[in-house]
Amino acid sequence: MSERSERTIWLSSAAGKGRRGHDGRGEGGGEQATVPSAEFRSYYGRPIIKAPVWRREIPSYLFTGGLAAGAALLAAAADLTGRPALRRAGRLTALGAIGVSGYFLINDLGRPARFHHMLRVAKPTSPMSMGTWVVAGFGSAAGVAAVSEFASRLPGRDALGLARQGLPLAGRVAGFAAAGLAPALATYTAVLLADTAVPSWHEAYAHLPHVFAGSALASGAGVGLIAAPLAESGPARRLAVAGAALDLAGSHRLESRLGLLSEPYRVGRAGKLLRAGRILSVTGMLGALLGRRSRLASALSGIALLAASVATRFGIYEGGVASARDPKYTVTPQRQRREQAAVRVDHQERHVGSTSSSAP
Amino acid sequence: MVGTNSLYGPLDPARDAGYPDAPARMGFFTDTSVCIGCKACEVACKEWNQVPGTGLDLLGMSFDNTGALTANSWRHVAFVEQPRPIGQQSSPFVDTPTGPSVSAAAAAIGAGTKVDTGTKPGVPPAIEPDSAAWMAAGPEFPGMPGSQPPGRTGSANGRTDVRWLMMSDVCKHCTHAACLDVCPTGSLFRTEFGTVVIQEDICNGCGYCIPACPYGVIDQREGDGRAWKCTLCYDRIGVGKTPACAQACPTESIQYGALDELRERAQRRVERLHAGGVVEARLYGDDPNDGVGGDGAFFLLLDEPEVYGLPPDPVVTTRDLPKMWRRAGLAAVTMAAAVLAAFIRRSP
Repeated sequence: MSERSERTIWLSSAAGKGRRGHDGRGEGGGEQATVPSAEFRSYYGRPIIKAPVWRREIPSYLFTGGLAAGAALLAAAADLTGRPALRRAGRLTALGAIGVSGYFLINDLGRPARFHHMLRVAKPTSPMSMGTWVVAGFGSAAGVAAVSEFASRLPGRDALGLARQGLPLAGRVAGFAAAGLAPALATYTAVLLADTAVPSWHEAYAHLPHVFAGSALASGAGVGLIAAPLAESGPARRLAVAGAALDLAGSHRLESRLGLLSEPYRVGRAGKLLRAGRILSVTGMLGALLGRRSRLASALSGIALLAASVATRFGIYEGGVASARDPKYTVTPQRQRREQAAVRVDHQERHVGSTSSSAP
Repeated sequence: MVGTNSLYGPLDPARDAGYPDAPARMGFFTDTSVCIGCKACEVACKEWNQVPGTGLDLLGMSFDNTGALTANSWRHVAFVEQPRPIGQQSSPFVDTPTGPSVSAAAAAIGAGTKVDTGTKPGVPPAIEPDSAAWMAAGPEFPGMPGSQPPGRTGSANGRTDVRWLMMSDVCKHCTHAACLDVCPTGSLFRTEFGTVVIQEDICNGCGYCIPACPYGVIDQREGDGRAWKCTLCYDRIGVGKTPACAQACPTESIQYGALDELRERAQRRVERLHAGGVVEARLYGDDPNDGVGGDGAFFLLLDEPEVYGLPPDPVVTTRDLPKMWRRAGLAAVTMAAAVLAAFIRRSP
């Protein structure tokens, strides 16, 4: 419905342009009506900006990074409230997910052997630089927290005995440190995508962080639902609902509030992925609420929440790439912005003109 | 070092980057009204900078067989053919039995075909090849060929007017360069001349600069893995020489010099063209108050920017970065609050 009207508005302005620019050529009447919808201007229809060259590793990392953050938060809170199984699942998941993230991030580089060049600088204007430091700090802390889960398996004498005694406390401190960095880890990736010229990412900068935060919480809670016994999984259930709700609300704004730039999130592969994500989120949410007496139902809803997070991350990624590949999304909003600015200047000049002419 | 306009607005970029005694900001003024499309700039750039060739590519959409700026083409001569006169000139083709350089159908097929440039994303195909057909056949192109008699589209014998638009595109060396802002390794840096250069021994191929550029300039070389773009011949200008492309340009369409001087010269040129009846002449990227704080390489165009493949109103993405970090901070706080709320309630 709204797709159609946007196209029509745009065509009518293009037709107006044609009349001005081509000296009455467009006045033929019937011709304007049969102009194909592709008649908007770019250089032979080729894209204007370059689409990201990142491979599947990067949307995969959006998921694993968020999962690590959600799991670390869950683990720290479980530690504070005395839920050892939930804590253990959270800590191990956080380390596993951040480890896989590191692999994805390094493997996606054009020159993987130079990954340490990321550590030359710390630049607030580069979300990737900030993210590198967050991932490095989080990874170290999550590592200590996860290793401390195995302290009881160490022999009780010599140096290892000392480690056996010291590790639980070190794990606790490291777990809180990881949880402290987790919100940054889950949300900086939204800034990473938004801080580009990719139209449907950039214009979504106000909504993306909430989607990513919600998706991270829901996936972390999903691990809790899968791994923790029913007696300990109460908070994971509530977190699953809160996270999925945050994610659904944010995704809805992405798909409805950006005008023409919402279109890439509704059509094509991105549209399918985001729809799948929505269905899985709702399923996981309902399962978490209704399945509180069944371990199987809880685990299944946990799986649905994890799958929802994967689908949402890939959907948002694909939507942005689609908006970069089609020059329509680069040219049309910029033209509108320029025309509005021209109208504003025109009004101001007229206003200034009228006041100065009324002066004696 | 961080000033009020460091992210957006008019700025002297070299001084902002920490060169207190920076020399004059250098740049290009590319006057497309005198470009003859010889592509000497493309060749000179490749020769001097030892940019790999990509073999013989025929894109089939026009006389442009480069397609776009890529990691392996740091100058790109765009070629547009339009069935309309230049200003008040009459076309040399009036009433001659000439056709366009390609038919509308060929342009559509050419534009819809992926080109192997040895780079990523290189020159990707058009999503809607119809717009290429429309470009080749003119504004009254009614759809795919066959739906109108040839005489009505002006695409065969008896065409009345034609003008060729040729433009040598290049990295804009923005005042506010998004590529430089987002580079996580410090490989991209601001030179004392106010230009933006990639250090090839630092770049690790993270690819972030590629979608950050509002002009689609930067690209990744396959096999090599790093990002490459115009350096404004940093090695030449440092010893007082002219960049290779400007040196090779036979019509002085590409002019190199101090940016202030080039801006004045461009203003005079556009006024002269207007006085001569070429009312469509306009400058692009010359305004220090535009979305990227003005380009170090700016242009005189004879049609809307998007016709040449340029964005009509580019804005540096980092203008909104403080707002982005604030939104992310809000989401992070929401996240922590949700965890606290979920755990504080006593479980049954």
